[in-house]
Order: sequence, then structure tokens, then C-alpha cells
Amino acid sequence: MIVAGIDVGSLTAKCVLFEEKVIAYSIAKVTPDLENTAKAVYSDAVKKAGVSAEYIVATGYGRNKVSFANLKVTEITCHAFGAKSIFPSCRTVIDIGGQDSKVIAVENGVKNFVMNDKCAAGTGRFLEVMASALNVDVSKLGELDEKADKPVNISSTCTVFAESEVVSYIAQGEKVENIVAGLHNAIASRIAAMAKRIDLKPDVVLTGGVAKNKGVKRALEEILQIKILVPEEPQIVGAIGAAIVGKNYASRGRKSERF
Amino acid sequence: MLKKMKSNEKMKQLMTNYYMMGFASEHVSWITSGAPVEILYAMDIYPFYPENHSALFGAAKQGTYYAEVAEKLGFSRDLCSYARCDIGCVVSSVNVPNPTFLFACNNICNTVVKWYEVLSRIYKVPLFFLDTPFVRKELKENYIRYVHDQLVEFIDFAEKITGKELSDLKLRKTLQLALKGVKAYKDALLMGRNKPSPLTAFDAFINMAPIVCLRGTEYPINFYEEMKLELEDRVKKGIAAVDDEKIRLLWDNIPIWYRLKWLGEFFASRNTCIVADTYTNAWSWMIVKDKSNVLESLAETYIFIYLNVGIEHMAKAINDLVNIYDVDGVVIHSNRSCKPYSFGQYEIQKMIEVPSVVIEADMVDERVFSEAQIVTRLEAFLEMLK
Repeated sequence: MIVAGIDVGSLTAKCVLFEEKVIAYSIAKVTPDLENTAKAVYSDAVKKAGVSAEYIVATGYGRNKVSFANLKVTEITCHAFGAKSIFPSCRTVIDIGGQDSKVIAVENGVKNFVMNDKCAAGTGRFLEVMASALNVDVSKLGELDEKADKPVNISSTCTVFAESEVVSYIAQGEKVENIVAGLHNAIASRIAAMAKRIDLKPDVVLTGGVAKNKGVKRALEEILQIKILVPEEPQIVGAIGAAIVGKNYASRGRKSERF
Repeated sequence: MLKKMKSNEKMKQLMTNYYMMGFASEHVSWITSGAPVEILYAMDIYPFYPENHSALFGAAKQGTYYAEVAEKLGFSRDLCSYARCDIGCVVSSVNVPNPTFLFACNNICNTVVKWYEVLSRIYKVPLFFLDTPFVRKELKENYIRYVHDQLVEFIDFAEKITGKELSDLKLRKTLQLALKGVKAYKDALLMGRNKPSPLTAFDAFINMAPIVCLRGTEYPINFYEEMKLELEDRVKKGIAAVDDEKIRLLWDNIPIWYRLKWLGEFFASRNTCIVADTYTNAWSWMIVKDKSNVLESLAETYIFIYLNVGIEHMAKAINDLVNIYDVDGVVIHSNRSCKPYSFGQYEIQKMIEVPSVVIEADMVDERVFSEAQIVTRLEAFLEMLK
């Protein structure tokens, strides 16, 4: 059975067509019209795959706006299933998305989870704001991090205050690479504080768009003192999980509510 | 979709009469929710509860407006929203019974100290401040003596201001009534042990005002006995508060008053019943200890209340409720306003025997509530429990 997982996040929408493995996927920027965003990203994935889905599961912040989905599941459950399917040894998922971040303990589904509070600190948005203050592309942050020799210390966790710290570092003539590494350390310490609330067990898998940034992985590994696995395409892990949840659910005749 | 209890109407009448009584009373004392009100009732002094008043405004979705009034005067947004809403109401001349004096006890928090000092300056009336030592591990005898001596002072203070004398017999009678009221209240709450439960914590929240405000009078006894009958009738007829109850949960902290109905419907539509909570149970634990000395009994009771004890005691209280009500998990409201209630929740979370989830909000200040975030946390939690 071909299942579609659609993850409508705060910044991007992702769609995966899945049978035994990923057949095709598509990623698009979110527009204010979430339903149409979901439709567009789904049609794009269908076009790439050349087949359409028999069952559709929506997840992410916009899940309830996807009226054509058969099932709606939170991204927490989906990231757990998605990460586990890619790395069967996964016990913990750290998902850093556009507007929130979460640490999930995995064990036959979700065992426990923590999410960031109502604040952009420790999310993809934090890095976007900082990249624009530094006038660099957000996708280049990872490379810049590698060239840092003495990361600066960013003491504010608040995005607004941290941005003004960045501005003052620029004014002091600090190297951009060192500021970037400092920012990655700040985001990692924020995530580490959350991770401490649950039992962090290896293997730890990093998912979400921010996982594409090698600097964040580097900073997290340093602060948590643990090796972190990153899927080839970390941004679609939630969508993969949604498809898997849908597959399990549909194959049980949709009778059991357990995923 | 929510099944309203008949008791809600009776409660409204009772509380309307209670508020009317305040305007007709010769002497009014404003009082914190955890202070020994029995002394006031025994002296025919009317107790007015700013906290209850703010909760009412919160439920009516007017709390944020009055909180902003206080903020414009310079009160910090980080201050308790009950305090901000109350101060906002007072300076906006919302009709409330004017105080003869103020009676604050810090067994619930230390914000009340400054809050009541502000009220004392606004109304130019005397304030009595009852200091209850915090019980980290064990309640010591000298704590009881310390509070006992202050109660003696308080009685003296109240007698001088009102010109009335406290009769020992009447105080004992009032305590008896308080005890009966608490028992009737507790028995009504315990109906939540039934599977499925005939009531939700939201019913308990709506109907908690009588045990807080009228404890020590006949009213709560009759009210909660009737409420229990209504619940027994539901059980007999097989009426569940939530249709097809699949998940049973416990709520921790003060309710999110302006979202009571929304939360009630959220859980009901997901076959989930919040069968009990730590907030309404805080008054069910107010069993006056049996000591030969009445004031010592009062002292011990009011020192050892939920917010005035260390987290081991709090975790034990939660685990007791988990077992009594046989719940699958706990929803922990991290309440921006109530620091003593919310502090330690992440530690307590580790000590609770069932899974739990933390949601961040505020009891009265609607600006702190983020619907999408709370929906995701709660839905993920329910998915996890399934």
C-alpha cells in the first residue's frame, strides 16, 4: 500500500510517498493557505513518484488544516516513528524545526517528550534571524562553523537579545565564523537543558531542517558528550513517520487506535 | 457536548448570595485563600476572597483587561495575575465589599505579602500578616507554637478593630462545621473514582468556590451533599461525564479559567476524562487536626497545606491521587502566575508514578496561552498513552 505523509510545519511543508521505503518526496515553503500548501507539496511528490497514495496522514502544526488527510497525528509521534525506521537503534530524537524544538524518548513509539516553551530560542527561526543579522545565507552556517577558531560566548537565550549581542560582536570586529559557532553553542545549550529533563539514551538522532546544519550537530555533540546520528534528509523524517504511522494504522483495519 | 451539572446553577445562586452578604455585612475582612477563615466566621466577620474574585473575572475572560489596568500603574507583568486582576479591579472601582481590615497568610505564596500591603495602602485599613513556616521535611512543634501565638495576636487584633469578642464555643462550632463541609466536599470529589467518572475536574473547578469562601458555615455541607447525590444518580443511571471514557487523567495546578470550557471539550471529544486535580483537592486535605487546643489544631492545619510543603510531600500527594483515582497520566499546568505551585514541577514529574506532560499557560492572563502549542503537547501526550 502506498501511503503519503504530509508534514506541514511552521516554515516548510514536506510530503513523502512511502511503500516499503521512500518512493519520492517534495519540500515546499509554507504559504498562509495551509490547505493549498499541503495540496501543492502532495501533487509535486505524486508527480515525481508517478503514483498517488491510497492513504494520507497529516502531521505538523498545520495538520488540522489538511482536510484531505485520512488521519492526523502530532509531529512528536511521527518523528519518533520516522527516526526509528531510519535508525532502528534510535532511543532519543532531537527535532529542531522552524518554530519549535523537541526531545523525544523513543521506545515502541513515544515514551516521553519535552518541547521548548513559547519562545523562538533553540529553533530554526533563531538561526534565521541570526543569519540575517550576519548577512549570510542560513545554509552556509555549517561551513562557517567549521572555520571557527575561538567561538564567542552568546549569553542571552532570548532571540531578540542574542541578536543585539551578535550586532555588538560585529561592531567589535569579531570574525563571523566565531560568532556563528557561538550561536550554535547557544542553541545547543538550550536543547541540552531540555534534554536533561528526559533520560537521554543513545543512539541519539537529530531531525528537522536544522539538522542539515553541521555546526548544530557539532555543538550538540560537544555539549551532550554523545555521538549524534543525522539522516541523509533530516527534514522529511516527520513526513516519513507520518506515512509509517498511517501504514500501521491502516493495516490494522483502522480498528485499533494504537499506532 | 459537555454535560452540565445541576449543581452549577445552585452554586451560582449560593455564590451570588455570598457576595450580596458581603455588602450587607458590618465588618469585612479581605482574606487569602489559605488563611484560617474559621476565626472570621466565628466572629461574624465577612470574608472576602480577592483570589476567588479574580478567578471569576478570569472565567468571564475579563481578567486580562484588569491585569492590564494594574500593569499601567507599573505592576510587572511577571506578577501573579490574581494580584494584578484584583488591583486592577480595585483601582477601577469594581463594586466589591470594602474591607474593615486585611488578613493575609503566606502559606500559599509570598506574593500575598506585598499584594495585601498595596491593598492596605489603597484602602487605608490595617493588615494582619500571618507567617507560616515552610515545611521542607517535617512539621516541627515549634512551628505550631509560633503560628499559635500569632493566632492569639490575630484574635486580639480583630477584637480590637470590630469591638466584638470571640467566643471559644462558637469557634469550636465553626470548626465542626468546617470539618463537616470538608468531608462532604471530599466525598463529592471522590465520586470521580467511579469508572467511568460521573464528573470531571472541570466540574470540580466550577463548584469549588463554596468550600473556599463559605468553609465554617452550613452552606458547603448542604451544597456538597446534594452534589454528591447528583453524581450518585449519574452513576446509577450509567451517565458518564465523558462519553466512552478511555483515558483518565489528573490535573495539576490552578485551572486555566478562561479556557475551562475549551479544555473540557478538548478532552471530552478525545474520550479523555480529567477525573481529579491537585487544586480542588487542596481543600479536601484541610482536615482540622484533632488537638485539645483549638488554636494549635488550626495552626497545624494551616501550616501543612499543599503549597507550603517540600516537593517530596507534593509528589506523595500527587501519587496518592494517582492511585485513588486510578489515572493513566498527569497534565501539569506550569502556571506563569503561580510560582510556588509551578516551581519544582519538573522535579516532581520525575517522582510521579505515571507519565505526565507539562503545558505552559496562566490562570487568568490570556496573553500567555498559545493554543497551537498546547494542542500539540496534549495530543502527543494522548497518542503516547493510547
